[in-house]
Amino acid sequence: MSSTTSEHSRAGEESPPQPAGIVERLVRDDVDRKRFLKMAGTAGAASFGAFVLAACGSSTKTSSSATTAAASTATSTTASATTGDIAILNYALTLEYLEREFYAKVVASGLFSGKVGSLIKEFGSQEATHVEALKGAVSKMGGTPAANPNGKFPITSATQVAGLAYTVENLGAAAYLGQAGNIQSPEVLATALAIHSVEARHAATLGTLVKKSLTPDGPFAKPDDMSMVLAAVKPFLA
Amino acid sequence: MSNQTLTDTGDLALANPELVELEVSGLTRSSFLLRGALAAGAVYGVGAVTPFVSQALAAGSSGDVEILNFALTLEYLESDFYNVKGKEVHLSGTARSYAKLFGEQEAEHVKALTSTIKSLGGKPAAKPTFAFPASSQSSFMALASVLENTGVSAYNGAAPSLKSKEVLAAAGSIVQIEARHAAAINLLIGKSPTPTQGFDVPLMKAQVLTKIEPLIKK
Repeated sequence: MSSTTSEHSRAGEESPPQPAGIVERLVRDDVDRKRFLKMAGTAGAASFGAFVLAACGSSTKTSSSATTAAASTATSTTASATTGDIAILNYALTLEYLEREFYAKVVASGLFSGKVGSLIKEFGSQEATHVEALKGAVSKMGGTPAANPNGKFPITSATQVAGLAYTVENLGAAAYLGQAGNIQSPEVLATALAIHSVEARHAATLGTLVKKSLTPDGPFAKPDDMSMVLAAVKPFLA
Repeated sequence: MSNQTLTDTGDLALANPELVELEVSGLTRSSFLLRGALAAGAVYGVGAVTPFVSQALAAGSSGDVEILNFALTLEYLESDFYNVKGKEVHLSGTARSYAKLFGEQEAEHVKALTSTIKSLGGKPAAKPTFAFPASSQSSFMALASVLENTGVSAYNGAAPSLKSKEVLAAAGSIVQIEARHAAAINLLIGKSPTPTQGFDVPLMKAQVLTKIEPLIKK
């Protein structure tokens, strides 16, 4: 959604895309979404539509940018689907920025060489392709890509870094899984899934390196919701 | 493991078989089932998306059942591969512990998909009879790589067509495990854990069938 901010009274759309502001906005988005879904659940489908309309502000303006979104019938639904997908994409983008920066710093540290070194390098460049893909997806949907937050990562030893990478990748996989059901557009969903399973591949690979479980959740991976993930990444924001 | 430099995955014991087995045996049968039920049913968003779900179930359950039955066939294939073929081929070391762990997990996927199909009012597909062209550990693991990587692509290709958010949640929770299996196997046999780089390539049903049909006995 091209956000000229003042027309959106909710969901933190008024914040300019500044590094720290993004995550704050995402937290608020998540709170708003929960409140909104709870309300939708109790109030039923009819008032749900009305609420969407109210929550989205001027939905008619945004509907034109939603042509690629899921085949929704109502204009208001389509507009809210786009808004939601853009917020999810920007959330994923924020995580990918952090992963990319983390790997860049790890590569620069020189702690890894040989086969493990090339895997780490490869994973870092894959995170960079995720950043580009997500930025492209946000723009394509008429949104403004989130700005790159500055990260800070403890980098002390190869063992510690590999352990942190394992944690980060598992979190990333759980974050994507946690959003799959919230995504409206099949195209956005397909993109998220294509990235989700790569995060899982990274996590499993790192699991073999640090001798931790390849499948820490057992046979069914568990999702993490937005507020859990954002709380977990908070220490890594500069 | 060195505290300073990790240089070679071979030095690092790609998996720790003891640990892996401990984790499997540490989970009771019922906790496995509980996890399955949680994943298939109540993991996330189910309450939150209630307004959509009933509509979606009404509108799309036949499509979802068809997709789930397709997934079930793939899981039957993988489950038999590890749990039946894996016992015929002499496996050792990491390959053996992977086959054991992954076989357990594929069997859980079979159960979860079967019960999901039933809960949607569908009829679970019958298990085909399979024939796996693998007689050695290396041919077994090469085929494991094909099956797991195909599985990832099959789920990723089918998932956007699912109508029910609950079913999507279950499929997402399974595909992530397939991806983890695929990466670990690839790494073990000297292939890239991310064979298509940053994005797993989705496959449509017909493409998947082309790959697996040679393994199905008529």
